[in-house]
Amino acid sequence: MPSLTITQRKRIQTIFVYLFLIVSSTATVLPLLWMISTSLKSGSVIFQIPPQWFPDSLHWENYQRAITDIPFFLYLKNTVIITFFRMIAEVFVSALVAYGFARFDFPGKNIWFMILLSTIMLPGEITMIPVFIMFSKLGWINTFKPLIVPAFFGGQAVFVFLLRQFFLTIPRELEEAALMDGASRWQIFYKIFLPLSKPALVTIALFSFQGSWNDLLGPLMYLNDSNKFTLQLGLAMFNGMTKVEWGPLMAASLLVLLPTLVLFFSLQKYFVEGISITGIKG
Amino acid sequence: MKKNIKKYEGYIFILPWILGFFIFTIFPIGFAFYIGFTDWNSFTEPKFIGLDNYISLFKDPNFLNSLKVTVIYAAFAIPLGIVSSLLIAVIVNVKVKGIYLFRTALYLPAVVSGVSIALLWRWILDPDYGLINFLLSYIGISGPNWLGDPAWVLPSYVMMAIWGAGGGMLTYLAGLQDIPRSLYESAEIDGAGWWTKFRHITLPMLSPVIFYNLVMGIIGAFRKFNDAYIIGGAGNQAQFYMVYLYENAFNFYKMGYATAMAWILFIIILLLTLLVFKTSPLWVFYSGELENGKKKKTKNKSR
Repeated sequence: MPSLTITQRKRIQTIFVYLFLIVSSTATVLPLLWMISTSLKSGSVIFQIPPQWFPDSLHWENYQRAITDIPFFLYLKNTVIITFFRMIAEVFVSALVAYGFARFDFPGKNIWFMILLSTIMLPGEITMIPVFIMFSKLGWINTFKPLIVPAFFGGQAVFVFLLRQFFLTIPRELEEAALMDGASRWQIFYKIFLPLSKPALVTIALFSFQGSWNDLLGPLMYLNDSNKFTLQLGLAMFNGMTKVEWGPLMAASLLVLLPTLVLFFSLQKYFVEGISITGIKG
Repeated sequence: MKKNIKKYEGYIFILPWILGFFIFTIFPIGFAFYIGFTDWNSFTEPKFIGLDNYISLFKDPNFLNSLKVTVIYAAFAIPLGIVSSLLIAVIVNVKVKGIYLFRTALYLPAVVSGVSIALLWRWILDPDYGLINFLLSYIGISGPNWLGDPAWVLPSYVMMAIWGAGGGMLTYLAGLQDIPRSLYESAEIDGAGWWTKFRHITLPMLSPVIFYNLVMGIIGAFRKFNDAYIIGGAGNQAQFYMVYLYENAFNFYKMGYATAMAWILFIIILLLTLLVFKTSPLWVFYSGELENGKKKKTKNKSR
């Protein structure tokens, strides 16, 4: 066996690494490029073999169709309303609860915290139908309330856990000084903890955004009236149309993805850190 | 007296969650326990039928098929997903030029999801004009009718799961970066090759992360809904568990039947998770002494 020097071995390793990186990242990105390409093709070019990656003429009218074939802006408005209120509630209430667990000693705290952790593991499918019946008895079907109101009751257990861990790293000296000056615990939460936890709060806001923006099951259960649909639901309906037109469909799909992509690229740091810590992904 | 009240001040802060726990968890679970024993369309009065729902479920070929489909999917998608994510993490942990660009490309699947991506896959897997079959034709293979052929539907879903593997790499990457370099250095002094180092340092050190991803993977696979609902597959041949549950509840209004399905799902997930937890002492290695308490967070900043 010919023996290789260390530098030769390093070089071979580097070549192998690049080969793997190029193959795997191409395989990852290719479907998305295909999506963009399709969204700009005319109906006949789409069904052309071999396919064109770069269509001769760009058919922007697919995007026009995407926002007119379904009431795109109405669905956008609905989605934004739901996402916004859910995000505010999830971030704020999770922080409140996390603060309670991180900075107070009260009887039964450990038991409550154990319960909180165990609810992370509990699959929501068990409670899905009873909660649906509860909301329908309240007459909340076809409103956004079932999608928003639960967020005000405890946010999300994972978020509470994550924020509690973060709050534990904040030094106690800060609040002790504030307490001396007569600040209330509420003021300490609002004026010290929230501003200091901005990175963690942004991470959670991002996850909350992703969760509500992409939610299909919730809107599918609660929204029947097509005026109340969200973008995901609208896309699903587009999909159900008798003849599938891939050009407008891919254009619509891309438009729906766009906000997530923009947020991701502008707040990449928070996103990556959040995923590394929690393992949450869409 | 005042001191006594102060002792409970923390409850004010956790109160929203406690209320939510009773309204949206405890009460619904109790309610679900009852609904599972009833024949109920949610409009009229529920009719108590004892264990009938559970008995008829196990005679229902659609139920058994959805269970089979989901179990087969989980059995392939979870291990293959873990291996691919781990492999990608190990490779992108190597410091080479442009690595950040590759990392970004590889974890794109974690960012993009929802109906858009499900639709994209339907289009990519189109038997006549889809991207995959076109690429296969380059190497002389005429690709199958992926989503239309009962034999190929599940491989299609597994393929989609593997495509998402890059998105799962980040937890492993964070784990890899927490492994002290000194461990590898002392192994190299002892003349260990890359496989020995991987097998005896990397894998054990990452085992808590693998454990975590395994548990999450089990839960995720059994709860699979979004793309399964949008893509469907070969008629009902590849109907996933949650899709059938959804249909029963919201298309057929069989609330009792669907709730019984939810309980069975819960028990399956519980048993599998317990199994993983019980076997974990055999293969999960916790290096408490190597991590300096809660210093972990600051290290992540360097990336």
